[in-house]
Amino acid sequence: MSEQGDALLKVRGLEKHFPITKGVLRRQVGAVRAVDGIDFEVYRGETLGLVGESGCGKSTTGKLLTRLIEPTGGSIELDGRDIAHLRQGQLRPLRRDMQMIFQDPFSSLNPRHTVGTIVGAPFRIQNVKTEHGVKRAVQDLLKLVGLNPEHYNRYPHEFSGGQRQRIGIARTLALRPKLIVADEPVSALDVSIQAQVVNLLEDLQNEFGLTYVFIAHDLSVVRHISDRVAVMYLGKVVEIADRETLYANPRHPYTVALLSAVPVPDPARRDRAQRNRVLLTGDVPSPINPPSGCRFRTRCWKAQEICATEEPPLVPRLDDPASHQTACHFPVVEGEEVAGRTPATTSA
Amino acid sequence: MVVGPGTVSDQGPIAPDPATGADPAKGAAPGKAIEGRSLSRIAWTRLKRDRVAMGGGLVVGFLILVAVFAPWIVDLLGAPPNQFHQDLIDVNTLAPKGGTGISGDHLFGVEPQNGRDIFSRVVYGARISLLIAFLATLLSVLIGSTLGVIAGYFGGWVDSLISRAMDVFLAFPLLVFSIALAGVIPDTAFGLSGDALRIALLIFIIGFFSWPYIGRIVRGQTLSLREREFVDAARSLGARGPYIIFKEMLPNLVAPILVYATLLIPTNILFEAALSFLGVGIRPPTASWGGMLSEAARFYTIWHFMFFPGMAIFITVLAFNLFGDGLRDALDPKGRR
Ligand SMILES: Nc1ncnc2c1ncn2[C@@H]1O[C@H](COP(=O)(O)OP(=O)(O)OP(=O)(O)O)[C@@H](O)[C@H]1O
Ligand code: SF4
Ligand SMILES: [Mg+2]
Repeated sequence: MSEQGDALLKVRGLEKHFPITKGVLRRQVGAVRAVDGIDFEVYRGETLGLVGESGCGKSTTGKLLTRLIEPTGGSIELDGRDIAHLRQGQLRPLRRDMQMIFQDPFSSLNPRHTVGTIVGAPFRIQNVKTEHGVKRAVQDLLKLVGLNPEHYNRYPHEFSGGQRQRIGIARTLALRPKLIVADEPVSALDVSIQAQVVNLLEDLQNEFGLTYVFIAHDLSVVRHISDRVAVMYLGKVVEIADRETLYANPRHPYTVALLSAVPVPDPARRDRAQRNRVLLTGDVPSPINPPSGCRFRTRCWKAQEICATEEPPLVPRLDDPASHQTACHFPVVEGEEVAGRTPATTSA
Repeated sequence: MVVGPGTVSDQGPIAPDPATGADPAKGAAPGKAIEGRSLSRIAWTRLKRDRVAMGGGLVVGFLILVAVFAPWIVDLLGAPPNQFHQDLIDVNTLAPKGGTGISGDHLFGVEPQNGRDIFSRVVYGARISLLIAFLATLLSVLIGSTLGVIAGYFGGWVDSLISRAMDVFLAFPLLVFSIALAGVIPDTAFGLSGDALRIALLIFIIGFFSWPYIGRIVRGQTLSLREREFVDAARSLGARGPYIIFKEMLPNLVAPILVYATLLIPTNILFEAALSFLGVGIRPPTASWGGMLSEAARFYTIWHFMFFPGMAIFITVLAFNLFGDGLRDALDPKGRR
């Protein structure tokens, strides 16, 4: 569980703007503001869930944290060291500490390499000496993720989706990282297999004291594994809280809307949930030209004038504890009847 | 089937590949490492069952053997390619006596006028054709793959520059250029002379102007490989550019390069034949298929003179194309139909 105050990762004002260029001269005519100033911490040994609709910048955030891409602005402190603008050469030794699990188990493994080559690559690339040779180390890793160690000569296409994801997990574990960013690691898998992979990730976390940033596009997937959850909307973090708090007492209208899309297993509560169902209508605005003020205002049923002019900061609201932060001028209070549906897109 | 500790229900081999009908776990003894079947082995299995492609491949293999062992074959079954047999020629019509002159000594008959053995000239022509086509293709594969990978991997202005260069090369009036070039090239240049110089020149011209075909394919493939997550995975492990290009991307580029090289060879054979036909390729008396056709055109009533070199070109081009198409289908079953 989270040891508050001992942050492994500290993100401040993180921004990634992808330039849009035009013509032969590649003149910049605009930017996709995929991640547009986000702050959060990830505490040692915890799992932070990162949730939001498609295109809100989750993968971009993940790639920024693992420095697959360089941020436009802001800082990323890993273990007290700002890695936001380090050059690739300086990053290389630090890469052992942070790894990424990818979404698509069919694209994340090179089809021309054997499992042994794939899982052994971290040792070769980082020039790490293994006690009993790379082959033994690979077989140990395969055992660890519940695969047959004798399969190291096989090719990825000979495995199922769930098994492939296990191979990917074995690869990320090779260098014993501190931080693992998992970008929708189970969303490409059958529902029946999702739980097995999530359980494997939890077991590994307990065994090796791993810290996870777990990206998902709906709140039901991260509920089980997360200690804290951050909700993203259009390049911003709109709410962040402990799991229990967020699910029991969501403040941001967007979180409320996302939660009402989560199926409620308890029939006694389902009734109330049905009544309080919020349907998200309208499209997500473009990150090239996001709405002024609060970005959610074009789809928010509580929007008022101030929402268009003033951007709500991410701070604790009402009598919430410091750990529960919401970026909304008019946060939802407990027991509030929420409107049946969000208004159809109003002009931005 | 061996199962490891922590067995879960999503473990175990997936269904056997329907394309090969083989069980991937077949013959795996417990405790022994299980050999995986690589994509190339699967492709080979698929190719072996494609009768048309295998037929093409056999003909290609046969042609290569003929080209390599041309002197021995001619020794055994023909006469020296430049030896005149005017005793076989009807002095009035210039045609071979008896129409073609086909006999046990001259399997394809003899040429009109000077009576050279057509069989041995076709056999030696295969040497010239294949040598030039292979080496020209090799040259364009080297240039095309290198520039294609660079364009696709680095993108940006490097890509723009290389892509424009490809457009220019493809739009180049090559035939006109070759005719002009053949006119100004002296008999001795670059320390080469005679046939060697002509062959080197043809290889250079054909290879240098056909690299964009390979270049475009490789660039496109590299672009799409760059987006694959395994490249990101290698990068997140700290891999440098050369590792990503040579260890991660290149193994995936070999198949398309091989396929398009195989399909480029017949194009180059036709191009060499066209140049020789026009008199700017291999010079007589050295035998080449295009040159033979050009001479045969003067004697168009004597069918067999045109028939044998023509058939040689036709069969060679067809065989390479059938084999190349089969290879493409075998290596990329998704692209089929
Ligand atoms: N390399 C890039 N160049 C330009 N725009 C990009 C690039 N990568 C991402 N984007 C844009 O940035 C925005 C955020 O993309 P991102 O992939 O981070 O979303 P996501 O939350 O992961 O979505 P999903 O759930 O679909 O994976 C999108 O609008 C996307 O089009
Ligand atoms: S700030 Fe305004 S528009 Fe934004 S979520 Fe809150 S109420 Fe809705
Ligand atoms: Mg994503």
